[in-house]
Amino acid sequence: MAAELQLKELAQRKVLLAPGHRLCAGCGAPIVAKMVLLAASDYPVVAASPTGCLEVSTCISDYTAWEIPWIHSAFENAAATLAGVETMYRALKKKGKIDKEIKFIAIAGDGGTYDIGIQSLSGAMERGHDLLYVCYDNGAYMNTGIQRSGATPLGADTTTSPAGSVIPGKTQRRKDLTKIMAAHNITYTAQASPSHWSDLLKKVSKAVSMKGPKFINVITPCHRGWRARVEDTILLARLAVQTCYWPLYEVENGITRVTYKPREKKPIEEFLKLQGRFKHLFAPENEWIIKQFQEDIDREWERLLKEESLYA
Amino acid sequence: MARVMAVTGNEAVAEAFRQINPDVCAAYPITPQTELMQRFAAFAANGKVDTEIILVESEHSAMSACIGAATAGGRVATATCGPGLALMWEMLFVASGMRLPIVMAVVNRSLSAPINIHCDHADAMGARDSGWVQLWSENAQEAYDNTIQAFRIAEHVDVRLPALVCMDGFIIGHSITRIEFLEDELVKGFTGEYTPLNPLLDIDNPKSFGPLVLTDQYHEYKYAQHEVMWTKVRDVVLGVAAEFEKVSGRRYGLFESYRLDDAEIALVILNSAAGTAKDVVDSFRERGVKAGLLKPRLFRPFPYAEVAQALGGLKAVAVLDRADSFGGYGPVFTEVCSALYPLAKRPAVINKIYGLGGRDFLPQHAERVLKELEEIAQTGRVSVIKEYIGVRE
Amino acid sequence: MSARGYSELPVGPVILDAGNSRLLKTGAWRTINRPVFKEENCSQCLLCWLFCPDMAVRVEDGKVVGFDYEYCKGCGVCAQECPGKKGQKAIAMEEEKK
Repeated sequence: MAAELQLKELAQRKVLLAPGHRLCAGCGAPIVAKMVLLAASDYPVVAASPTGCLEVSTCISDYTAWEIPWIHSAFENAAATLAGVETMYRALKKKGKIDKEIKFIAIAGDGGTYDIGIQSLSGAMERGHDLLYVCYDNGAYMNTGIQRSGATPLGADTTTSPAGSVIPGKTQRRKDLTKIMAAHNITYTAQASPSHWSDLLKKVSKAVSMKGPKFINVITPCHRGWRARVEDTILLARLAVQTCYWPLYEVENGITRVTYKPREKKPIEEFLKLQGRFKHLFAPENEWIIKQFQEDIDREWERLLKEESLYA
Repeated sequence: MARVMAVTGNEAVAEAFRQINPDVCAAYPITPQTELMQRFAAFAANGKVDTEIILVESEHSAMSACIGAATAGGRVATATCGPGLALMWEMLFVASGMRLPIVMAVVNRSLSAPINIHCDHADAMGARDSGWVQLWSENAQEAYDNTIQAFRIAEHVDVRLPALVCMDGFIIGHSITRIEFLEDELVKGFTGEYTPLNPLLDIDNPKSFGPLVLTDQYHEYKYAQHEVMWTKVRDVVLGVAAEFEKVSGRRYGLFESYRLDDAEIALVILNSAAGTAKDVVDSFRERGVKAGLLKPRLFRPFPYAEVAQALGGLKAVAVLDRADSFGGYGPVFTEVCSALYPLAKRPAVINKIYGLGGRDFLPQHAERVLKELEEIAQTGRVSVIKEYIGVRE
Repeated sequence: MSARGYSELPVGPVILDAGNSRLLKTGAWRTINRPVFKEENCSQCLLCWLFCPDMAVRVEDGKVVGFDYEYCKGCGVCAQECPGKKGQKAIAMEEEKK
């Protein structure tokens, strides 16, 4: 396992995502991408992104923010595209045309991962490609203007699940993609948050050092979509962890370990109240949604702790 | 020394793939292409090729993986048909837009609904506008020869575009016929080493592929594709064919002209049905009717000037399409008419749609069309421009 | 805007000059506030450097020395997350001088 990454040491390294990208001020995506690239920078890395905020904003012809080889081909296929790259790498290495040890990382939003890209992702993971797939989950199709996705939480007001007088925002729960990925019995699955940066860096660093398919799901606040204050990006990620909305854990070769347990689990309202997308939930007629939200979190957190205890 | 064998069309193309030994193949099973990749997977399993095969979970991912692999910097091949090609549709444009010389065998199959696994050309005609070079093959021998040439065409420095090679599903794909295979070394020498232009895996020179290209450049990128297709591919196809003739003794052009030199009437028809039609043309010739046939080989880019020259002096031409553009004319008919339109004097042209979903194309179908052409040639009158043949009332 | 003709473009869209987004000075996006570094309150935890979405925190010899206003979009994440020293933040968001 890789040694703990120190910021003093990391700050000496070149950040492999250059400034000048066109992502919004305060966007969580470049923070996550930057951390992922820093943690992986012991190796040469080739990255892929599907269509999405990160993709369109980091590479608009004639400019790119990527300091490493990077490919985008379409929206639903980052995993298949990178699987093709990784396979060509193995083919050329076998033929002696490449000698370097290269690592492959996809950095993709939740729309391209949970929904339209899940088939491609599932296939690539099942086939055992040696790559790390990082999802920066901001819980909606932000690039097209905040439409609900399979990652959008219950009750959220989005432009296609607007909170109206009859329908109070999204009426379905989000799907638990991390669990789905763990069910692929891949080498490594984890959930991380940029607020808990040391944990995130450690997970990425561990994942890239391992052979086989790896998946890390990273909560990535989007103040535009979450209707939150620009400066609260990291704060919101932290609250997601402290409320156990976004538990930090890893599943390594089938063994689950919770990597952060809040001393005191904060009520979900603390996370919800800073976000305009949940404002309507605080109206008396919608209180049941917050109750439901909290029950879901409590149940899932208990389940996760139980799962961990199986291996303790 | 050529090896003469009896194999299916699928086996013939798989053999071409074996001899070329691409770096990566990504494919998904679909009838009637399945046999081709099965055969190729067996070559890999038995060490006959060192290709890395990616057995993806869909054709969309097959083409996506091919795009990733080709961008990475190596030789890439795949195969599909019918609905599989339709599922790839989005990625076909990405492959050509990114100028990746991927070679794909298309074992032509109809599109649903109703679901049908048999041959027609709706699949490849649907991919007509996707920027891929298209070569069509009458039989297994042509499919084998076209596949070998396709790599050279696609990878040519003046081209750098993906190419697909069509053969009729089941009719050719699954039928066993006599094939002359070239020696392995000959094929290896003919296709040569592939040198990628900007390999993504060149880690010391990092490049970003697939940028967002806006109104200031998109038009120019598309023009560049047009220019290659419009002005370069034709000559490369002919040049590669000339070289291929030297090693194989088999001659290829942009299309095959069959008894066309002094013809007054002719059929234009793609792929396997051309074989049936040629026999019928012969029988008309025996009766003293000046009949001929034109079988397109290169459908994209379409050789308009050459087709116009070949057909311009005729009295009547029937274009037979194994695909329909509902509410429009058949796709080959539209091209032939576009080719002939600039001529001051041109033949009357009619369009017949035949053989959808694997319906047999029979000699009597060709006979009926040729008889109709004889009448049009005499009277100069066309009563129906577009018509289905062999439909039960 | 690129005024290059079609024949000057690469064969297939690709950017050959890695990291050339540096030429795009996103500092012009700042409208209201800019971060100001107060060195005396800085514990050199480097969190501002890590959390900055725009790589606009200047670090020299492992130490924060200020901001790169050519790229800073003024989001204020750095100031929000700055733990400072003795209750005093080392980053303050101050009104952008026009």
